[in-house]
Amino acid sequence: MEFLSPSTFEDALSAKSSAPEAVPIMGGTDVMVELNFDRRRPGALLDLSRVRELAQWGPEGPYLRLGAGVPYTEIVERLAARAPALARAARTVASPQIRNRGSVGGNLGTASPAGDCHPPLVAQGALVELASVRGVRRVPARAFYLGPGRSAREDDELVSAVLLPAPAGPQQFSKIGTRNAMVIAVASFSLVLDAATRTAGTGIGSAGPRPLRSPQAEEFLAAEFDWQGGAEPSQAAARHFAELVAAAAEPIGDVRGSASYRRHALSVMARRAWYWCAEDYRKGAR
Amino acid sequence: MRVEFTVNGEDVAAEDVWPGESLLYVLRERLGLPGSKNACEQGECGSCTVYLDGVTVCACMVAAGQARGRRVGTVEGLTGGEGAVGESRLSTVQEAFVETGAVQCGFCTPGLVVQADSLIARTVGAGGPAPGDAEIREALAGNLCRCTGYEKILEAVRTAAEREQAHGTGGAR
Ligand SMILES: Cc1cc2nc3c(=O)[nH]c(=O)nc-3n(C[C@H](O)[C@H](O)[C@H](O)COP(=O)(O)OP(=O)(O)OC[C@H]3O[C@@H](n4cnc5c(N)ncnc54)[C@H](O)[C@@H]3O)c2cc1C
Ligand code: FES
Ligand code: FES
Repeated sequence: MEFLSPSTFEDALSAKSSAPEAVPIMGGTDVMVELNFDRRRPGALLDLSRVRELAQWGPEGPYLRLGAGVPYTEIVERLAARAPALARAARTVASPQIRNRGSVGGNLGTASPAGDCHPPLVAQGALVELASVRGVRRVPARAFYLGPGRSAREDDELVSAVLLPAPAGPQQFSKIGTRNAMVIAVASFSLVLDAATRTAGTGIGSAGPRPLRSPQAEEFLAAEFDWQGGAEPSQAAARHFAELVAAAAEPIGDVRGSASYRRHALSVMARRAWYWCAEDYRKGAR
Repeated sequence: MRVEFTVNGEDVAAEDVWPGESLLYVLRERLGLPGSKNACEQGECGSCTVYLDGVTVCACMVAAGQARGRRVGTVEGLTGGEGAVGESRLSTVQEAFVETGAVQCGFCTPGLVVQADSLIARTVGAGGPAPGDAEIREALAGNLCRCTGYEKILEAVRTAAEREQAHGTGGAR
């Protein structure tokens, strides 16, 4: 096995282009499980942990540009105000040791339907930046995921960054699992409100072959939300929103939960997310 | 592949490393440092917790080549110098684990001790208040223990934090 260890992003791209089968490794928290258990024997590993560009973040136009390799711990500790939903999601990933290594780029590389980054990225309309020697393109997160482990990324491409619109209202994320830590989501949900355009975004995780959203629920909430004062929704409105979210899911039943449990969990999280967002809104998140 | 890095402040080199093997394997099998334990090899248990460039990681989740040129700190490095009776002196956290009975079979202990050491360094060690129980639980959420039921471990960390607050810091960072 070859171990490629570029120190610039440019070198990483040419390595990936000349050896598209090389497996990128950033935090290693997905890749090493596969190697340790002999589930994968790639011809080459492409270590991205020395590529400085990938570990950086900063403003870029209307966006926060978050390098694909920024570890979760840094997102939690430093980006909670700039990326509220994603930081909330990052906070629920695994354990401190894993959060010190794991990255959004790795989550996108794995593209597991249960990955915690996906619902916030989908809900807020983030862009995924893909780069290769052929050039750079930005794919909306909403179009990035194709199925379990499959995405719009081509073999010679690396995820360079995600671009997050500046928050313009409350953002929530929640996740259901068997424990408070170290748990893969049975179902997860993110709600992002934009007070400037009076619109809402949803992201549904671990309840379909890929992360989903519910345009109907988004439209309903946008029309019903009290954009003046952030009053709590009526019970009927909250319930209807929850039903629309649950209806948009395409869950399967597996060892972690049945399909009907997943739908139920989603409806509960959706309802709560509205209440939480209304509360944040009243407190001035707009 | 040859991999050079520092462990507990000393330069080390491992030869004939297979690029896909873990830092944990290198430490235990090639460098004779069996303190870090191998229990799950999938990031779930924390018994392989080490410092990598100052932050705690699961050594089983780090590819050997990723450690090249980096600073690694293991449980072996927590003990400091010679004690009164000639053996090496335990760190504050280690001592507290012994005293409170936070160790039974001991398999989880090295990982817990390193993770607790880092919590204390980030809190009282950085001039902050001693961590509360919620913070301790959160910090240790990735370290599993099958024996103790965790109560004694919490007590050990509280004790160590208090002592550390009373007199300066130590550790393998
Ligand atoms: C104990 C444990 C608990 C976990 N808990 C959670 C959890 O709660 N929630 C969750 O979402 N995940 C969880 N995970 C999975 C994992 O931590 C995340 O998916 C994490 O985001 C992976 O990031 P990484 O940098 O470690 O990825 P790596 O393991 O380095 O890479 C993951 C995949 O992405 C590819 N890749 C990495 N970087 C790039 C890039 N820049 N461009 C293209 N491809 C790339 C790799 O080739 C690989 O296929 C857990 C893992 C473990 C071991
Ligand atoms: S052996 Fe590394 S976390 Fe269990
Ligand atoms: S003391 Fe036995 S696993 Fe913790």
